[in-house]
Amino acid sequence: MTTSQPAGPVLDSDAAPEGARKIADLKPDLLLTGEHNLCPGCGEPLAVRVYLEALQELGVSRETVMVAGIGCYTMFTGTVDLDLVQALHGRAPSVATGIKRMLPDKVVFTLQGDGDMVNEGLQEVLHTAARGERVTCILLNNGVFGETGGHMTATSVLGQRTKSSLEGRDAEYHGYPILIGDLVSRLQGAAYVARGSVHNAGAVARTKRMLRRAFETQLAGDGFSFVEVLTMCPTGWFIPTADGPDYMHETLGEVHVMGELKVDGMVKTTEELHAENVRKQHEVEAELERGGVDL
Amino acid sequence: MTATTAVRDERRLMEGSEAMVEAAIAAGCRFFAGYPMTPFTELLEHFARRLPEEGGVCINAESELEAVGMAWGALATGARAATGSTGQGLSLMQESFSEITLAELPLVVFNMARGQSDYFQATRGGGHGDYRHIVLAPIDIAEAVELTQLAFHLADRWRSPVLIYGDYLLAHVTEAVSVTPFSVPALPSKEWAVDGSLGGTGRSRSISPLGLGKHGHPGPGIERHLRAIAGKLADIEREEQRVEHAYTDDAETVVVAFGTPARFVRYVVHQLRADGEKVGYVRPISLWPFPSAVVADASAGARVVATFELSAGQMIDDVRLAVLGRAPVVRLGGISTDGSGFGVGALLDAEVVRDRILALHRGGPEAELPPLPVNERG
Amino acid sequence: MSETRTIKSRGAVTIDVETCKGCELCIVACPPRVLSMSTEVNQLGVHYPRLHPGCTGCAACLMVCPDFCFEVFRFEEPVLTTIEEPA
Repeated sequence: MTTSQPAGPVLDSDAAPEGARKIADLKPDLLLTGEHNLCPGCGEPLAVRVYLEALQELGVSRETVMVAGIGCYTMFTGTVDLDLVQALHGRAPSVATGIKRMLPDKVVFTLQGDGDMVNEGLQEVLHTAARGERVTCILLNNGVFGETGGHMTATSVLGQRTKSSLEGRDAEYHGYPILIGDLVSRLQGAAYVARGSVHNAGAVARTKRMLRRAFETQLAGDGFSFVEVLTMCPTGWFIPTADGPDYMHETLGEVHVMGELKVDGMVKTTEELHAENVRKQHEVEAELERGGVDL
Repeated sequence: MTATTAVRDERRLMEGSEAMVEAAIAAGCRFFAGYPMTPFTELLEHFARRLPEEGGVCINAESELEAVGMAWGALATGARAATGSTGQGLSLMQESFSEITLAELPLVVFNMARGQSDYFQATRGGGHGDYRHIVLAPIDIAEAVELTQLAFHLADRWRSPVLIYGDYLLAHVTEAVSVTPFSVPALPSKEWAVDGSLGGTGRSRSISPLGLGKHGHPGPGIERHLRAIAGKLADIEREEQRVEHAYTDDAETVVVAFGTPARFVRYVVHQLRADGEKVGYVRPISLWPFPSAVVADASAGARVVATFELSAGQMIDDVRLAVLGRAPVVRLGGISTDGSGFGVGALLDAEVVRDRILALHRGGPEAELPPLPVNERG
Repeated sequence: MSETRTIKSRGAVTIDVETCKGCELCIVACPPRVLSMSTEVNQLGVHYPRLHPGCTGCAACLMVCPDFCFEVFRFEEPVLTTIEEPA
């Protein structure tokens, strides 16, 4: 990554500039503190920001129960200001099911990683989706066991180097990655399925819209909703932090293609998502050129 | 919190499974999730039929792992909820039992076991970590009705799981019973339960097995939390022992048995007493906490203490720990099952039980017992 | 010899430099490329971003910051900064 050094004096400060209107806060309101102990360059806090903002914008902060899986993101269970139940590794969707059946008018969602959801608890999310359970499952997919220090998961892409696939994931030896969003989208009970990403600001904004739509699907009682979010894990990928977004876009993002996989019962193919992505990226770039993305 | 519901208080013929389900509903149970497995299946069937009628939910879960997870979620909302299976299915749930105990959720579990070889699983805390949970073993359907209701009360009182240990006989025998509401003291309301209402207030709740709260109200932390659980379990061990015994003041031979096999032992011991034989029995109703003091007292003047359990010998460890060498402890039971492995074997026969107790009583600890009867019927 | 240049800032950010873990995601994400890493280090011992003239207030930095270090502002009237550059 090469960037030219910007010109001019340092302007930033720790106080609001005079005559300016604040348009975005340090942290989402539903986070009790912005501090956390996740690694530099981690993508998970970005996903946490947008699902919290989506809930707040929908006005359901006081009608929501979160179920947390086990992974790095579990750290946020102590700082997310939502009623919360900690589940076992992989088991959040069934816990969410029990909560939703007792509290059918509340928003109930899970936060899980790929190790949690696609390795340990694959049957849980599939069955919950097939049941059409009116819950939302959020997957933070970085293709690696981050918390244990960089091991292969069921979503690691071919060629990906991990501590348990040292020469890169080899289909002959390690098998193929699971495209969980695609699997879930084929289940009749799944009403809304999307795969977002946090590799740049446009993707973050788009992911937030997906999360809103997923929660809206739940509120409308339309069935199971699912948002997968690709997140950077430079520590588990053994790359410099600043290389994370591009690395993710070019490796994980090429296999786990970003987009809305299922809307109103219509399932999209990978090819259709690719084409849609190119168009959306052009729109976002144009938006940024004009001076900002829609918040 | 008190359980109130329309109760069918007239006696009628019910199989044990149905009676336990009616008792659970009378106790306020409104959520059940389970996965079919003999001889537990009929509980699931009755819950599936009855809970919707009571405004509750029963889910035929896709696996035992998911069944216990669903119950976990329902419990977190403050609802009374249960799951169940046979010991085999419960093996799959042990990870959750451990963490549910540590998360202090009042789960009720039905084990309709295949015999009695799930004693260790039930009483040792079959999963990881430092925990145990209350285990109640009814002798018959009427007691199952009572203990099922008690189980929901104790689970809430202690915020800790309670397991009902039954078997094929308990689940499938039909008797005339009435589901009489069980009167219990009121319990405090469940302030800890989540309903989503405290989000964004800075006081949102967290139900965690690790004792972790939130920023600003961080909870006790792992070490203090685990120590508090250990302290609570010690209190339960002291306060919740339940036991029935007879003739133990002067018995020379004391037989310890639990669950439906104890019904055979109790019947035979009464018969033998009528014949003038100095035998007695102890029937642990709570398997954990084990009624050690009563077993110890019974062994004080005994020539021999025996266990009659349908396993290779599991409860005998607890009996030996209670007797502490005051008397020899021997096995009268053993592995005995039908051809399907459901635990209804040839040992469950009053004549067979009588012959074995009498042989021991006459011959003392070194007596040669009749060979274990073999199931020839398949 | 040098010549002067005027840079227009439509927005500005505040940066919580002590919380920054130095990942540089904001540097990569900034569309007008007006963030640079400091030469000094913060309490964690890492370099942190600094803002230079030309910010559009687009909030891209905030949206990609894993450590919630940014607040974003927009000016009603753009702020002008005049700088001298070598010819």
